[in-house]
Amino acid sequence: MDINGLMGKYPNGINFLLTGVGGQGTILASNVLAELGMSLGFDVKKAEIHGMSQRGGNVISYIRWGEHVYSPIITKGEADIVLAFEKLEALRAVEQIKPDGLMVINDYAIVPVTVSSGMSEYPEDDHIQETLEKFTSNVYWVKGQDLAEEIGYPKASNVVLVGALTMLLEIDPEAVLNVIASKIPQKYYSFNKKAFYAGLNNLKTKK
Amino acid sequence: MKRILSGNEAVARGAWEAGCSVASGYPGTPSTEIMETFARYPNVYAEWATNEKVGLDVAIGAAYAGKRTLSTMKHVGLNVAADALFYVAMTGVEAGLVIVSADDPSMHSSQNEQDNRQFAKFSRIPCLDPADSQEARDFTIAAFDLSERFDTPVLLRMTTRVCHTSSPVEVTEQQQQIPEPGKYPRNPAKYVMIPANAHRRHPVIEERVSELSKFAENFPHNKIEYRKRDLGIITGGIAYQYAREVFPNASILKLGMVYPLPVEMVRSFCKSMENVIVLEELDPFIEDQVRLMGIELFKPQIKLNGDDAHTKSIFPITGELNPAVVRQSAEKAGLLETSVKKELSNLDIPIPARPPTLCPGCPHRSSFYVLSKLKVPVNGDIGCYTLGVAPPLSTIDTCGCMGASIGVAHGAAVAGDKERHVAVIGDSTFFHTGIPALINVAYNRSNVITIIMDNRVTGMTGHQDNPGTGFTLQNQATIELDIEKLVLACGIEKVLTVEAFQVDVIEKTLKKWLKEDGPAVLITREECALLPSARKRYLPLQVTDQCNGCTVCFRIGCPAILKSDQMDPKYHRPLAIIDQELCTGCEICAQVCPRDAILFRDQVIALRTSEEV
Repeated sequence: MDINGLMGKYPNGINFLLTGVGGQGTILASNVLAELGMSLGFDVKKAEIHGMSQRGGNVISYIRWGEHVYSPIITKGEADIVLAFEKLEALRAVEQIKPDGLMVINDYAIVPVTVSSGMSEYPEDDHIQETLEKFTSNVYWVKGQDLAEEIGYPKASNVVLVGALTMLLEIDPEAVLNVIASKIPQKYYSFNKKAFYAGLNNLKTKK
Repeated sequence: MKRILSGNEAVARGAWEAGCSVASGYPGTPSTEIMETFARYPNVYAEWATNEKVGLDVAIGAAYAGKRTLSTMKHVGLNVAADALFYVAMTGVEAGLVIVSADDPSMHSSQNEQDNRQFAKFSRIPCLDPADSQEARDFTIAAFDLSERFDTPVLLRMTTRVCHTSSPVEVTEQQQQIPEPGKYPRNPAKYVMIPANAHRRHPVIEERVSELSKFAENFPHNKIEYRKRDLGIITGGIAYQYAREVFPNASILKLGMVYPLPVEMVRSFCKSMENVIVLEELDPFIEDQVRLMGIELFKPQIKLNGDDAHTKSIFPITGELNPAVVRQSAEKAGLLETSVKKELSNLDIPIPARPPTLCPGCPHRSSFYVLSKLKVPVNGDIGCYTLGVAPPLSTIDTCGCMGASIGVAHGAAVAGDKERHVAVIGDSTFFHTGIPALINVAYNRSNVITIIMDNRVTGMTGHQDNPGTGFTLQNQATIELDIEKLVLACGIEKVLTVEAFQVDVIEKTLKKWLKEDGPAVLITREECALLPSARKRYLPLQVTDQCNGCTVCFRIGCPAILKSDQMDPKYHRPLAIIDQELCTGCEICAQVCPRDAILFRDQVIALRTSEEV
């Protein structure tokens, strides 16, 4: 879809929420989406928090595409699309999704220190799934980490998910790849391209 | 040409385009990227100063010498630099001086959320408050012009959401011409603030505020957007975005300059509106000024805090705003119809927290493990090592601001506190404000034990160079400050440098010193585990079948040590397992394991070699 197609489907613009754990490439994926929005002709804003929160904590960023974007941040029930690079973080962010918003989840767990030290328990998959379904039926699970490891570049699970999102939004893959190419060192491009298509082609198994 | 820039990148861009050629600052979230970006532009000098006060003095010297100069810091940095701020407000400058204060409403990465617009009023200098990246670039350029036109430093006040939000910015590719250095001013009446001269300068700066207020009437970045007249909103900074989002039909007086205010513009705007509110984050800074003009503001149906005159009546004084907070406050005040509540589900299961922690392989961990065993009071400081407060280490007892650890520990000691006090401070923080406090300990002979955690870099803000690293901000080789010699020169006779991962050496040393009297300094030295050079040495360790789930290794709080699904057959406790993706091989766990059930690096290598054979 081009900007007109997207504005037809999302008349008030698109609010993305990206969430993951420090080191998962949440910021790179956010930069790609911001740049992509501008290249499609939208006004864009991308907001994130740096600093202390990154030391093993969760990383959240907001990207908004629209005719004119004012607030850089969104709140409860306002995200059209949630891209979660880790399962627990998907759960933590789900209150921010619009009823029946689109959610793409990396089927991957990074155990927080509160769990490894025995203070709390990591929720079971079924429980995560049930809880998410209370908010939206539009949940797509992607084995982003496995796919990234299969192509020999475990760090690229973020790009796998961007590929999956590209398919769901029916955006021209070449347009997205051009933006990715502009954001990474050239020597990593072929890995990222493989990761991107791995995600794009993978969304047949809706969990 | 449009580019997506963060607010911080846009400030750097604006400064460069304005012909600014000198910048000095100290790292601090959310300001750090301004200097990092500016340092990469051609024809500029940029440095990390040892602290914000030094940085501002440097910037002032450069501006006296006729170069447009930028000084950057986070909000609390301006407390450190306040002495310099107040004299340069008196002297004025030869070339433009812009001081950037990056405030942190909601304290995403700070100890308080002070509103530094107050500093502008306090020191009588103009304050610009951008609302997005385009304005960050434009206001920076405007600030340099304003600085020279009114012979004043200008405060460019940013907030986290402006600093770290990226949006399209129209930029030019040309840098304004940098002037050739002129003759350094020989003008003591203006630049030497002895009382006789300062007496004459004070009326000048009060007059300057009046002149600036008149100028503000036509300042292009103060503007009125007329829409419906039933509600007018006076706003500035990021709050403008929330005003547009929540009140799309309201008229808006958007103040680019929030101090001093354009009095006539404010009056005429208010006259043309049926109701007027002020929408701003944190302090009622604009609101107080508007009320002092005698203007009646909208009276809310329900006041947020009753009749408490010390706070705001509609919007919260604490925390950052967002569209939901603004909307809820407006509904409560009777400004908006209460929206039909969408049926939003709530999360009803507990979600394990993911708090920030010391990273796997962090060289600070060993000292905190030892301190947690010794149970002495630990006065902490600002940096990654503040995370020593988190369980299971739970070791930091106080932490206030940069450099506070040593002075606070000394205070407790001279007050006669019965326990022996320890101060914990990082390398960069020690250089920042720790040194005078350590001299004070030596001079006034308290028995404080100071641990300088030297991880060879300024860590928390993202690996900035400092006087201990051997490189400058612009990557020039330089001195590598010898902390041990410096400590000796401060008058501390008992000082020892150890490798930070040597748990037993740290424990023995501290236990010995606790029995002796007098001040002492332990320097624990090991580079941050996230530095590229440290990453090259990563070697994940392994747990052997000797593990019986005794839990000692869990007590070091390393994210790489997990409880496995396997239980010890005798005690039915989960056995330890090491995450091979996360472990760096620092060996702290191997050292504390009472059953030698975790292999050291050379054992892991030997095992792998034998497996390969």
